[in-house]
Amino acid sequence: MAKLSYAQAIRKTIAEEMKRDENVFIMGEDVEKLGGVYGCTRDLYKEFGTDRVRNTPISESAIIGTALGAACCGMRPIAELMYWDFAFVAADQIFNQVAKTRYVFGGNAKIPLVIRGQEGTGRGNAATHSQSLESIFMHIPGIKVVCPSTPADAAGLLRTAIRDDNPVCFFEHKVLYAGKGEVPDDPNYMIPFGKADIKREGSDVTIVANLLYVKHALAAADELLKEGIHAEVIDPRTLVPFDYDTIARSVKKTGRLVVVHEAHQNNGWGAQVITQVTKMVFPYLDAAPIHLGAQACPLPFNVILEQAVLPSIPEIISACKAVMHR
Amino acid sequence: MLDKKTCLWIYTKMCEIREFEETAWTLFTENKLRGSVHLYTGEEAVAAAVCAQLSNEDYIASTHRGHGHCIAKGAQLDRALAELMGKATGYCKGRSGSMHIADFSKGNLGANAIVGGGLPIATGGGLAIKMQKRPNVSVAFFGDGASNQGTFHESINLASVWKLPVIFVCENNQYGMTVPVWQSTSVTDIADRAAGYNIPGEVVDGNDVVAVFEAFARAKERAVNGEGPTLLECKTYRWRGHWTGDPEPYRTREEVEEWKEKNDPIQRFRNYLLEEKLAAKEKLDDIEAQAAKQMAEAVDFALNSPEPDPAHVLDDVFYEV
Repeated sequence: MAKLSYAQAIRKTIAEEMKRDENVFIMGEDVEKLGGVYGCTRDLYKEFGTDRVRNTPISESAIIGTALGAACCGMRPIAELMYWDFAFVAADQIFNQVAKTRYVFGGNAKIPLVIRGQEGTGRGNAATHSQSLESIFMHIPGIKVVCPSTPADAAGLLRTAIRDDNPVCFFEHKVLYAGKGEVPDDPNYMIPFGKADIKREGSDVTIVANLLYVKHALAAADELLKEGIHAEVIDPRTLVPFDYDTIARSVKKTGRLVVVHEAHQNNGWGAQVITQVTKMVFPYLDAAPIHLGAQACPLPFNVILEQAVLPSIPEIISACKAVMHR
Repeated sequence: MLDKKTCLWIYTKMCEIREFEETAWTLFTENKLRGSVHLYTGEEAVAAAVCAQLSNEDYIASTHRGHGHCIAKGAQLDRALAELMGKATGYCKGRSGSMHIADFSKGNLGANAIVGGGLPIATGGGLAIKMQKRPNVSVAFFGDGASNQGTFHESINLASVWKLPVIFVCENNQYGMTVPVWQSTSVTDIADRAAGYNIPGEVVDGNDVVAVFEAFARAKERAVNGEGPTLLECKTYRWRGHWTGDPEPYRTREEVEEWKEKNDPIQRFRNYLLEEKLAAKEKLDDIEAQAAKQMAEAVDFALNSPEPDPAHVLDDVFYEV
């Protein structure tokens, strides 16, 4: 185990995988000398050369489409989007090409492609650099969707993503990059997709959250404990595939479900989770589940306004109390 | 450069494509084939003369008007037609139809129903070739319409900066759906845009097999030598409408008939082969008859092929170990 930041865990995993497999390479904006805005590829060009750490023009459609073509032809690209918001610039390549290529060509294409980047609020980046977009990617069949909340999860899930023969969209949260945690040294440390992680056990209410909101949910659970409420906090870690079973099992125990994410509440992934889990464990529910997410408003720049749009820790606490009828 | 064997291969592919497209038209009018079908009739010289210089280790990315590229890159008529009819025996198990047809095993990275969608993908094929240090090339086929998409700019710029072995083959068939090139495009010759990417651009008569073949050979040599991409504009004309249901209010019957009579790429190549004594009339007649026979068998095969089983509709969304 080594104590690494989330960004360092990502960098370490990329380096190890590039060492292991010469077909793995990185392409994206400013990935070479700068090492990406948050340093996830810092100095990798020194070790692997600029043939495998490729600075691209600011051309998101070409970045994604070229990575897709290379993946179809035997390479294993990691394409970096500086901000996930820029995925909309490359929307055709992601949603119409990457997601559909294997299926429409009769299963004859193998696409070992990772598209990774950061998203989320917290650094005053305003409306087009702060969105949490994973729900949209979950809606389009053909891409796996991964959202790590800790350095260890980032390392284990990214390695699984790089070794997967399918397109994986890997969502990192910009506020998590500096946070440190224990990361296994094992250069083969992998976390399987579709396996939720119970971040904290509890018996009274189940809170499902991803990315930065795992932290907020854990903070809420600390507060709830002071009032004798034992919250269980579950991080699904991957949205596609999704581990409904672990959540259903938890809700069977607690009878209460709160889902919270930074992604917009309207049509956010939490709605899908509540629908599925309600169907699975309806007789065990003691209250209607509550779904919290950002309000239906472009994310504003001013930090007070930004916070006003996002679900707060007190709101998570209130939601938990509400499902407990307290 | 264009030897006798290659000439006959090209002539064979052109005849197969013509048979395929005109048969697809007939089947469509007989309600035996449905969906969006874009025919390549009249443009056969480009696909055949380009693909004559490619192996299975070279890549192409194709367009919504992709049957010709698919056949020239090695697809069989029967399985290709079965795909157009959505049958289980089709190259894509009936999931793609006309617009996403491809035999992936032949280095075809796919027909692409989004105008301009294939350019970056072909560029990626070129990147893989370069990184794997192989002496191959990747070809992006696209139309005049796609030259106004952002992906045209992004892909050619990237391929130029990275000196990728990609050849951008523009099939300028005069109309982007119903809009004539003069109304949509800032230049008369799309090849002129090559200057903006610091690469060679060349205009050729796309209905002249020899011209296309020789221009592509130059581009291929440059690509294989590590000098980077070329933009090749092949001026051609589609005989049919944009799609099988096109009422064609944007052009006259006379215009179409003139192209058919004076500028049929197959007739022109046939004349060339006879004049240059590269083939006897009987040989060419035989190639045409063989193509017709193969096509008749393909129709039989496709009509009698089973429908796909809905039990497998969810297969292949992901690769599973």
